[in-house]
Amino acid sequence: MEDMSAIVLEQADRLFAQHIDKKVLSAADAGQWSDALWSAMEDAGLPLALVPEMKGGAGLAPDVAANLIRRSAFHSVPLPLAETMIANALWTDAGGEVIAGAVTLAPVNPHDRITLASNRTGATLQGIARHVAWGKQAPIALVLASDANGNAFLCRVPTGKARSNKTRRNVAYEPREDVDFGGVQLAASDFLPAPACLDADGLMPFGAAIRVQQMIGGMERCMDYALSYANERVQFGRPIAKFQAIQHMLAIAAGHFAAASAAGDALTETPRLGDNALAVAIAKSRCGESAGQVAALCHQVHGAMGFTQEHPLHYATRRLWSWRDEWGAEPWWQEKIGRMICEQGGDGFWPLLVDPPATAGAA
Amino acid sequence: MHAFRFESLTLPPEAEEMRRKVRAFLQEERDTGRYAAHRTSWSTFDPEFSKRAAKAGFIGMTWPKQYGGGEYSNLQRFVVTEEMLAAGAPGGAHWIADRQSGPQILKHGSERARQLILPKIAAGECYFGIGMSEPDSGSDLAAARTKADKVEGGWVINGTKIWTSNAHRVHYLIVLARTEPLSENRHAGLSQFIVDTSSEGIEIRPIMNLSGGHEFNEVFFKSCFVPDDMMIGKPGEGWTRVTGELAFERAGPDRFMSDIRLLVELVDKIGREPNERQAVEIGRLAAHFATLRRMSSSIAGLLERGESPVTEAALVKDVGTAFEREVPEMVRKLLPIEASLDDDDEYSQAMAHVLLHAPSFTIRGGTPEILRGMIARGLGLR
Ligand SMILES: Cc1cc2nc3c(=O)[nH]c(=O)nc-3n(C[C@H](O)[C@H](O)[C@H](O)COP(=O)(O)OP(=O)(O)OC[C@H]3O[C@@H](n4cnc5c(N)ncnc54)[C@H](O)[C@@H]3O)c2cc1C
Repeated sequence: MEDMSAIVLEQADRLFAQHIDKKVLSAADAGQWSDALWSAMEDAGLPLALVPEMKGGAGLAPDVAANLIRRSAFHSVPLPLAETMIANALWTDAGGEVIAGAVTLAPVNPHDRITLASNRTGATLQGIARHVAWGKQAPIALVLASDANGNAFLCRVPTGKARSNKTRRNVAYEPREDVDFGGVQLAASDFLPAPACLDADGLMPFGAAIRVQQMIGGMERCMDYALSYANERVQFGRPIAKFQAIQHMLAIAAGHFAAASAAGDALTETPRLGDNALAVAIAKSRCGESAGQVAALCHQVHGAMGFTQEHPLHYATRRLWSWRDEWGAEPWWQEKIGRMICEQGGDGFWPLLVDPPATAGAA
Repeated sequence: MHAFRFESLTLPPEAEEMRRKVRAFLQEERDTGRYAAHRTSWSTFDPEFSKRAAKAGFIGMTWPKQYGGGEYSNLQRFVVTEEMLAAGAPGGAHWIADRQSGPQILKHGSERARQLILPKIAAGECYFGIGMSEPDSGSDLAAARTKADKVEGGWVINGTKIWTSNAHRVHYLIVLARTEPLSENRHAGLSQFIVDTSSEGIEIRPIMNLSGGHEFNEVFFKSCFVPDDMMIGKPGEGWTRVTGELAFERAGPDRFMSDIRLLVELVDKIGREPNERQAVEIGRLAAHFATLRRMSSSIAGLLERGESPVTEAALVKDVGTAFEREVPEMVRKLLPIEASLDDDDEYSQAMAHVLLHAPSFTIRGGTPEILRGMIARGLGLR
């Protein structure tokens, strides 16, 4: 079993390394969707990594899937691979068949609501979801919508049917669309009652869980760049790695990276990475904080070179700056944790963190 | 970057069983008013508490039965340690003996030392201090000048130790001394000794700390005799021994849980309806805390597998003590309450207690500056 997962990760790593280079990343920066990369990932079965084998997926254990997402982020995969993995896990969980092609998730923002009104032939959607990852380019969006009675549904929506109100880019220059689902007609087979794992926070814990794993991968890349640079760059007659100030910056960064990884590991103890909302809240806020620190420290180590287009550090750090804000920035999750703790009182603080109930929601 | 992975650890059922046991013990301690958690921590010296904890089987837990131990796993011990910390238990009397001196003697001490000392530690009746630092040798431990000269049947120690916590109320110190003159290799020629504090030739002078407490001391050795079998390991092994001991000293959850009681008191003080800022900051501290706890349990797992996670321990101590230092700084901004040791308000007392001890969190057991050097070595930078 362990060998199998090592092989899966190694193959994925090779695939990413083979298909992603500066050219691909700068084309992605310019808004280009890399078909070649997507096909290669699809051929390797990566988008279905979290879908059980009996439903046609790879059925990877959560820790392997988390590592896969980390590796994809290490290489700055400029496509919604992680979104597609989670979307397929949720959709098949709800009883649907696996979805071919890239799938994005909506809504992304905790304040956006999509409503669904059923009719004789299917249903009609209303509502706007902001900042949807590749909301125009991904052919399908998996949308969480609720009807007038408050029942939640997962909807498989061809993005071509929705309107994109505004194309914006995050600071990694990845497209984040404001998508208007108003009037989109769904056939009866395109919406299913949402699985029980989606609570009041909807897709938030799942989106946050993938950003957590991505941030860990991105931080590892930054650390790798900074450690090599420190050992190569010579000033005052020796590698800057020999200066205590540099050593301390990187030791602090290593502490942040280790803490972030430990927090992210906690999400691999449930089947779909986002199932334990308290663990997600802890991880998203801890990783978000680390991401900012690691990016800053690694830039500092690189001097002016790290501030150039030329050096690839920015592909990793710009993603870290985006990911920490998406699917709830630190304070959004921290407030949830804080309210949950205060609700329980001081004596509940320790037990809550030590023996969290397996399905506790931070909601 | 492949350094420093903290693997997840799932505690086995027997560890969770132990958690129930120690929680029941601590609950009873508090219910009967034997200690006041808002004013105590793992450095509070309370021999009566230590004896009761020993009776319940919570000291020397991993040691062989023949030396008074319980032959439990490191993970069972980990759970007991963290529950004691969470409950603010006053374990200061036995803490060092249980955490590092006992294990050191068990691993490297003579048979006589084991038989003489370990059962007493496990009974909660025998306490230890750490004789490493000297006036001219703090972070630079290898600069130690205290020396031990060979005599018939033992060694004679001369020199001065400083910052020795509890020297005035413990039974033994483990002392690092030079058994050979300082040479090119600064780490060579050092040895560790178990020194009975009631021996002739020891003088202990108190040093008051800034909170007005008498915790640490200056200790003078004037021709103090130590028998041969009270050496730990062989002559010249001192540096290796001391490094191993420091791994025990740094690896545990005591390095981020010193002020957990203040967090608990804060939550109670704020009540069920925090404002946004309070909720956010409590959530942030809790996220840091929960993450540190995962890292720390991961180290317990490494220890259980027989590894010596020296660098990992340094990393968790660095991240952990930075957190400990931040708690009182953050807490004071969340409620308009001033710290005071003699306020009737327990929260105000807890704040004062932590505030006055916090500067030591990032000094005792090795400073961040030194720990970061170790981490940098682990990263391949030195
Ligand atoms: C509450 C408390 C209890 C203690 N209990 C004990 C005990 O029981 N037994 C015992 O042996 N010791 C004990 N100590 C001593 C403790 O281990 C030392 O204080 C610690 O190792 C630092 O040594 P120092 O105080 O001499 O500081 P120094 O080593 O003089 O350091 C002063 C400052 O310089 C920095 N510094 C030093 N060297 C370097 C370097 N190479 N690079 C960068 N910065 C550097 C330090 O980080 C620090 O900030 C205790 C200390 C405290 C505060």
